[in-house]
Amino acid sequence: MISLAGRDILHSWGKFVFTGVGLGLLIGVTLSMAGIYRGMVDDAQVMLDNTGADLWVVQQGTQGPYAESSSLYDDLYRSLLNMPDVEYAANVTYLIMQVGHGGQDVSAMVVGVTAGKPGTPGQPRYLVAGRHITRSHYEAIADISSGFQLGERIRIRRNFYTVVGLSKRTVSYNGDPMVFIPLKDAQEAQFLKDNDALVQQRRRNAENPDFNRSGIPDLLAVVNASQSTNTAVNAVLVKLKPGTLPEDVAETIRRWTRLQVYTRAQMESILMDKVIDKSARQIALFLVILSIVSAAIVAFIIYTLTLGKIREIAVLKLIGTKNRTIAGMIMQQSLALGVIGFVVGKITATFWVPIFPKYVLLMPLDSIAGFFAVLAICALASLVAIRMALKVDPADAIGG
Amino acid sequence: MNRMPLQKRTLALLAVIVPLLVLFVYVALRSGPLAPVTVTVAEVKSKSIAPALFGIGTVEARYTYKIGPTIAGRVQRLEVHAGDQVKGGQVLGEMEPVDLDDRVRSQESAFKRAEAALREAKARQVYAKTQLHRYEQLFAVRSTSEEIVATKRQELQIADAVLTVAHEDVARARSDREALVTQRGNLRLIAPADGLVSSRDADPGTTVVAGQAVVEVIDPESLWLNVRFDQISAAGLAAGLPARIVLRSRNGHVLAGRLLRVEPKADAVTEEMLAKVSFDLPPDPLPPLGELAEVTVDLPVLPAAPVIPNAAIHRENGQVGVWQAMDGDLYFTPVKLGVADLDGQVQIREGLKDGDQVVVYSEKALTTRSRIHVVEHIPGAAR
Repeated sequence: MISLAGRDILHSWGKFVFTGVGLGLLIGVTLSMAGIYRGMVDDAQVMLDNTGADLWVVQQGTQGPYAESSSLYDDLYRSLLNMPDVEYAANVTYLIMQVGHGGQDVSAMVVGVTAGKPGTPGQPRYLVAGRHITRSHYEAIADISSGFQLGERIRIRRNFYTVVGLSKRTVSYNGDPMVFIPLKDAQEAQFLKDNDALVQQRRRNAENPDFNRSGIPDLLAVVNASQSTNTAVNAVLVKLKPGTLPEDVAETIRRWTRLQVYTRAQMESILMDKVIDKSARQIALFLVILSIVSAAIVAFIIYTLTLGKIREIAVLKLIGTKNRTIAGMIMQQSLALGVIGFVVGKITATFWVPIFPKYVLLMPLDSIAGFFAVLAICALASLVAIRMALKVDPADAIGG
Repeated sequence: MNRMPLQKRTLALLAVIVPLLVLFVYVALRSGPLAPVTVTVAEVKSKSIAPALFGIGTVEARYTYKIGPTIAGRVQRLEVHAGDQVKGGQVLGEMEPVDLDDRVRSQESAFKRAEAALREAKARQVYAKTQLHRYEQLFAVRSTSEEIVATKRQELQIADAVLTVAHEDVARARSDREALVTQRGNLRLIAPADGLVSSRDADPGTTVVAGQAVVEVIDPESLWLNVRFDQISAAGLAAGLPARIVLRSRNGHVLAGRLLRVEPKADAVTEEMLAKVSFDLPPDPLPPLGELAEVTVDLPVLPAAPVIPNAAIHRENGQVGVWQAMDGDLYFTPVKLGVADLDGQVQIREGLKDGDQVVVYSEKALTTRSRIHVVEHIPGAAR
């Protein structure tokens, strides 16, 4: 028994393959869009993963440090270290800013991390080149997507930092590369005003009779000094001892230190439901629309392919071919088209993904789901074509 | 039946489909979450490392003289400006004496008056003595009464007392005058040692309170750095260690120095240790006070021990350790870390020996289930 579908494909295989490739590009776009959505969600999750923290301790009544600004005194971590089941507590600051790099600015999230052994919460968990920060000032580890090279000097506010290490997949929730610098430098970068503002502030103080008292000549200097120091951080990352329930410790900290504490699950829901919610839904909606459009186009293609063969089908009917055989031929062709389309789509998507500026995550499960969706759409679309083919009058084979 | 074209077509179709499928399988397995993690490995080597400590500090003067009046007053003149060299003992300026000169003159007169009073008392005493002597002779020949002699004796005693009072008055007046002269001299602002005027805080005519500095003089020979080291990485800080100093204004130019002392008091708020670092040779030109400097203190070179890069160290389940690969399988080896240097080399005390392979860089966080692919450099990161 010869395969009618195979014969027909071989008969016009060029047309068939090109249709399949065209379909594949469309499927590739859809898969990429799914990847973009997954990548967006993954950016947020990987940011949480990279901190290595089990708990986030932030200012009371805030949802910091990502969704809201939060400010804590930098010695609070000491009291957290005393809490039972806390293995490690480390200060961290986050600052979204432009990092000067060879005359250009790179949008980055500057993270101030506590010095200490590698593996301290907040520090990058793995590197792709270079080393971890060893000096307590003016060294930086940058994400590889920032484009910085090892040994380069980058400018953050008024200081230059040497890039000593490169990390990968250390990005903020919106995909900006992270630049890790020592905490004290980050505190300065975050809270210290620019020089002009400092000078103006000093002048303002000098003009204020409350601060500039002739009887207490040193008062002005003290006031100025106290206004240009910063002892605040955005959050304290807490790592718990293995086998501890985060919620238990979180409750203790909430109760006794009067601070807000989030567990990993809560933090994730803040990021998902509040921070990236709108853009993620935007992409998701577009993905749905794109899927519907792709499905419609697949259906049209199969329908027109069948329409192009209407005369041959009429001939088949004329020579007494069974309806089942004709239906099988159309169905097989359309499924073959779907498979080729999917394969081409998956390959193209994989190859153009690295060019995207933001992370695109192609999940194997998505691909499998996409494969079955494509087959289902092809099968459904072929049903319409089959219906048309079965209704064709054998007389059409001879007639005009 | 013509089979040849058909076979050709089949071959052509296969030529398209087969590479596509191969590519697909490759793509499915080599990218995305299923792909093996690219890692680099390094061998543990015994090496001696030279640990160092890094801190930042500001240029300060060891000796700073704040020169000002000891009593409130108005600045009359001030002859030096910031940047002037001054000698020890040089008069830099003077406070306004107000009425002090008049009081010195008044005290001068009081002194002279006391001297006059002394002369008068002396004269009276001499006269009283003479009188007593005369009357005693008269009494001896019984030509006067005993009462008169007693009176004369009393007069002499009074005259003696008055003379003592006058003496003391003179001494008091002299001391009063000298005190005022000293006070007058105290109004002069005098440099206590050779130095450089670092600031001039008040100009003539300004009223200053007691103890307020009018001029600040520093000893430029005594410039040192007040350096802060993070307590977390300050082990081994000790006096006498050599230091390398980079001033912010002379970036790249390394000056030699020495750790003079570690302050007994650390900064509890900033969690830093404080230390003083002196220059081996005074820098020329002198850096301004308050300039920022980066200081690297070299610790003694350590004997050779197994060393790994710090990028290889991870923390898993509360343990510090490294990832090791054995026949493509990954396992985590806990280690005890020793001293580290500033180039990221860490000594291993326990857990690894020379020749062991450890994973240094990886493209992803590793787990025991990760498949790995060992390369020379992580793609994109190599220069």
